Amino acid sequence: MSTDTLSNQDDHAHEHDHHDTSGTKLFGFWVYLMSDLVIFGSLFATYAVLLRGTADGPTGAEIFELPLILISTFLLLVSSFTYGMAVLAMNADRVAQVKTWLGVTFLLGAGFIGLEAYEFNHLIHLGYGPDRSAFLSAFFTLVGTHGLHVIFGLIWILVMLIQVQTKGLTDMTRPRIMCLSLFWHFLDIVWICVFSFVYLMGVL
Amino acid sequence: MSGHASHAEHSHGSVKSYVIGLILSIVLTIIPFGVVMTGSFSTAVTLLIIVATAVAQVLVQLILFMHMSTKTDEGWNVTSFVFTVAILVLVIGGSLWIMHNLHLNMMIG
Repeated sequence: MSTDTLSNQDDHAHEHDHHDTSGTKLFGFWVYLMSDLVIFGSLFATYAVLLRGTADGPTGAEIFELPLILISTFLLLVSSFTYGMAVLAMNADRVAQVKTWLGVTFLLGAGFIGLEAYEFNHLIHLGYGPDRSAFLSAFFTLVGTHGLHVIFGLIWILVMLIQVQTKGLTDMTRPRIMCLSLFWHFLDIVWICVFSFVYLMGVL
Repeated sequence: MSGHASHAEHSHGSVKSYVIGLILSIVLTIIPFGVVMTGSFSTAVTLLIIVATAVAQVLVQLILFMHMSTKTDEGWNVTSFVFTVAILVLVIGGSLWIMHNLHLNMMIG
C-alpha cells in the first residue's frame, strides 16, 4: 500500500488495509494451528510406538467403548457445523444469531468434554489410569491433550460471547471469531484422527 | 488477487456448503464405525476403510469448513499445510520405523 493511495482514496485504502490485516491475522493463526498439528503428530507417534506396551494391563480392545465414542464424535461434528452457522450469521451482521449459534456450539462442546471426563473417570476407577502401563500413559496424554484444547476452545467461546455482547461485531471481534472458527474445526480434524487411529483401530 | 476477493472467498461460506459438509462428515463417520462394530469385513479391508474415510473426512473439514484453498492468501495456507503433512510423515513414519528396528534388534517382547 503506497502513501499515494492512502492520501488520494482514504476510504478505499482504509478498507483494503482492514482486509489485509484481518487476512494476515488469520494466516498467522493458521501457521500456529500447523505447529499445533506437529505437537499432535508427535503424540500420535508416541502412542503408536507404545501401543503394545500394555505391561499385562488391558489393551485398547478391552477398554474402548465405541458407542460412547460415536456419540462424542457426533457432538463434536455437529458443533463444527453450528460454529459454521455462527460465522455465516456474523457475515450477515445478525448479532442475536451469532450468540445463539455460539451458545449451541458451547453446549455441544461441553457435552463432548462431559463424555470424555466420564470415560477417563471410569477408566481410572477401574485401575486403568495413566500410571497402569505405557500404552495407557500414551493414550491419556494424546486424548487428554485434545480434550484440553477443547476446554480452551470452550473458554474462548465464552469470552467471544461476552465480547459480542459488550462490544458487538467490530473490526476487533470479527477476526477473533474467525480465528476461533479455524481452531474449532481444527479440533474436529484432530478428533477424526483420534477416533480413527486410536479407537476404531484399537478395537480391531 | 485483490484483498476484497480473498476476504469474500475466505469467510463467506454458504449454508449449502456447510450442510453438504455436515452430511458428508456424518456419512464418513457412520461408515467406519459401522464396519468396525459389525465386523463384516476382514481386518485388512477394515483398516483400509478406516484410513480412507478418515482422510476423506479431514479433507471435507479442511475444504468445506476451514475453506482451505489455493485461491486464498496466494495459496500459502495450502503450502504450509502440505509442509506440515511432510513433517508429520517424517515424525510419525520415522518413529515407527526406528522403534520397529529397535524392537527387532533388542529382541524385546
